[in-house]
Amino acid sequence: MKRTRQPGISRRATLALMGAGAVISAAPWVARAQAKTIKIGMPTILSGRVAQLGTSSRNAVLLEVEKVNAAGGLAGRQIEMVIRDSKGQPQEAARVARELVNTDGCEMLFDGEASSGSFAVHEVARDLGVLCIHTCSEASSLTADPKQHIPNAFRCVRQGIHDSIVGGSYAAAIAKAKGLKKWATCSPDYAYGRDTTGEFALYLKRFAPDVEIISESWPKLFQPDYTEVVTKILQAKPQALYTCLWGGDLTSYIDQANIYALFTQMEVFAVNMADYTALTVVKNLPKGIHSGNRYIKTFPKTPENAAWGDAYRAKYNEYPTNWSWQNATAVMLLTEAVKTANSTDGKKVAEALRGLTIKCPFGADGTVTMRAEDNTLVGYAIGWGTTIPQEPYVPEVKAGDWKTIFELEAEWKKSKGYT
Amino acid sequence: MHRLSLRAGGLARWDGNAALDIDALAGCLASPACLVTQTTSGLIIGMLLFLVAVGLTLIFGVLKVVNFSHGAFYMFGAYFAMTAYQFSDSFALAMFCGAAGTAILGLIFERVFMSRVYGADVLMQLLVCYAFVLIFDDVVRMVWGPEFKSMGMPAAFQVPPLFIAGGVVPPYYLLLIGVALAAALVLGLGLARTRIGKVIRAAAHNPGMVSALGINTGLLYGGVFALGGMLAGLAGALAAPVRSLTPGMGFSVLIESFIVTVIGGMGSILGALIGALLIGLIRSFGSLGFPLFTEGLMYLFMVIVLVSRPTGLFGKEVA
Repeated sequence: MKRTRQPGISRRATLALMGAGAVISAAPWVARAQAKTIKIGMPTILSGRVAQLGTSSRNAVLLEVEKVNAAGGLAGRQIEMVIRDSKGQPQEAARVARELVNTDGCEMLFDGEASSGSFAVHEVARDLGVLCIHTCSEASSLTADPKQHIPNAFRCVRQGIHDSIVGGSYAAAIAKAKGLKKWATCSPDYAYGRDTTGEFALYLKRFAPDVEIISESWPKLFQPDYTEVVTKILQAKPQALYTCLWGGDLTSYIDQANIYALFTQMEVFAVNMADYTALTVVKNLPKGIHSGNRYIKTFPKTPENAAWGDAYRAKYNEYPTNWSWQNATAVMLLTEAVKTANSTDGKKVAEALRGLTIKCPFGADGTVTMRAEDNTLVGYAIGWGTTIPQEPYVPEVKAGDWKTIFELEAEWKKSKGYT
Repeated sequence: MHRLSLRAGGLARWDGNAALDIDALAGCLASPACLVTQTTSGLIIGMLLFLVAVGLTLIFGVLKVVNFSHGAFYMFGAYFAMTAYQFSDSFALAMFCGAAGTAILGLIFERVFMSRVYGADVLMQLLVCYAFVLIFDDVVRMVWGPEFKSMGMPAAFQVPPLFIAGGVVPPYYLLLIGVALAAALVLGLGLARTRIGKVIRAAAHNPGMVSALGINTGLLYGGVFALGGMLAGLAGALAAPVRSLTPGMGFSVLIESFIVTVIGGMGSILGALIGALLIGLIRSFGSLGFPLFTEGLMYLFMVIVLVSRPTGLFGKEVA
């Protein structure tokens, strides 16, 4: 058969490609020039094992954005959220963040990444100079380390070091009252598990110096079976156990430890227990596990917080997570900052955010503050309590004292060479 | 990595424990209470692993296919059991549904998809299996949702653990070990003594001859796949009350099952049993003596077996 066309790219195709190229490269500018709405980009984890957290972040943001838009938007501009899946991979998070700004024309970023991805998005924010609010990463160094500091990035998240100080002092008080001297730890074997457990032990020993850690276990992240870890802890016969296992790992651990009656033999401190994702899944939740508050609608015990938790549940048919309240707070802070700056210009908004205090359902005293010195959230509700197997799950939460947190945090920063 | 380098170190270093804790291991070996507890803990891990691995090894022995999607059957078994338990509140029915559901699934999977790639390249088979790992995970995500679930311990087993020679043994785990042992026994005897068993062994040895003798090998292959799926499903169902259920939960079990089959010898049922029990015991005692190297110990053991006996402990030399 006779070939009628030479192989390769024809002239027509070349022209078409060039045309398309021109349109694509001009698109952001066209989009920006026309934008009456303001686009906010958000990479977060919408697939994989922690997808539930990413989804709850998206839900919370959309819940709040709906309210802001109904009230007229940001300085008269309706918010349009552009939310993309990063699959929890740092390189993908960075790529998505860049694409959101450069191609989709997003003027601000919400970084809904776990710690690993948040540092990657942080670098993108540094490079592009775009206003970025981290909404999920608890790694303290993200804002505590001055090398990380950039004027256009903020963290609207609870922080590892704050949790450790409050957890350590709470646990020490119980250790002293009940004479718990021999402790065991069991935490997932990766940076979060190691750091959090180390910091908790540090403050526990600081407040209760005669405490001794007699056994440590470091199961793998997402390990299916903890039997050997459970029995190892039983052999060591500690009086108390600390764990920062979370999510499905924590519920597996509880189910497996339960049948060994572990919870009747020692006091258990599980910092990540009091999150609805874990509380509602465990079928036989033991009474009396000590836990930090992640998100719980009864702490702070205010009508505003309860109403927010219920509104979320009514809309999404499940309770919010720790990531939810943080993301909602980010929208609240941003809205208030835009009002103060009377502009949606990133630099002006950043200026307004620095040091901003707003009324917030998740504040320890009804307010939260974006601390000016390191662009990080302080004053949020933080505390520990014990579980019961049904709602409200953690009836009494003992609130942490922010004055102590600030003192010890400053000391910690000094010891790390941050200040 | 980024995060590690940023976060690790610095903090007035709270000392991690030593990689080697011979005292703890020796202390345990000297104490009957600890021996009982750790041995049963090893047996439980081993027995569940055996149920998954034996299906894998059976399918490989007869069909000569490395079923990379085998972990999915373990996952489906757990989800089927959880759903059946939620509706019926019957533990026995939950176990039955877990096993029977995956058997049917295995049969369909083999007849519709796997049977098309028997003659194909190994890579092709791997690709098909891997594609189904992803597809099955997404199916679970669509049907049951992406978040983790828990079945909960049936009321009958919510009892205090037994104390045998001072060691702690949960009653549920006794049941679990019993069921797995019974499965091993039935399987072993069935293959050795019954007519179907003989046909399966013959098909593993010379499928062409079995087919020439008028035996429907298609049905036989489907049956073997269903049996393998059923055993993995049973393992999933038995594990459901104590492990959290997530899409993708089959994967980590699959990796360990591969280690078991490699140690025991591909295609050997006794090898799978011994391999699984060894891995279980290595985990339970390893976590005492080598707390930072328990995983590594498993792989190290595999390497030693492979170097000294490349076909595995009970594998036969390929003629």
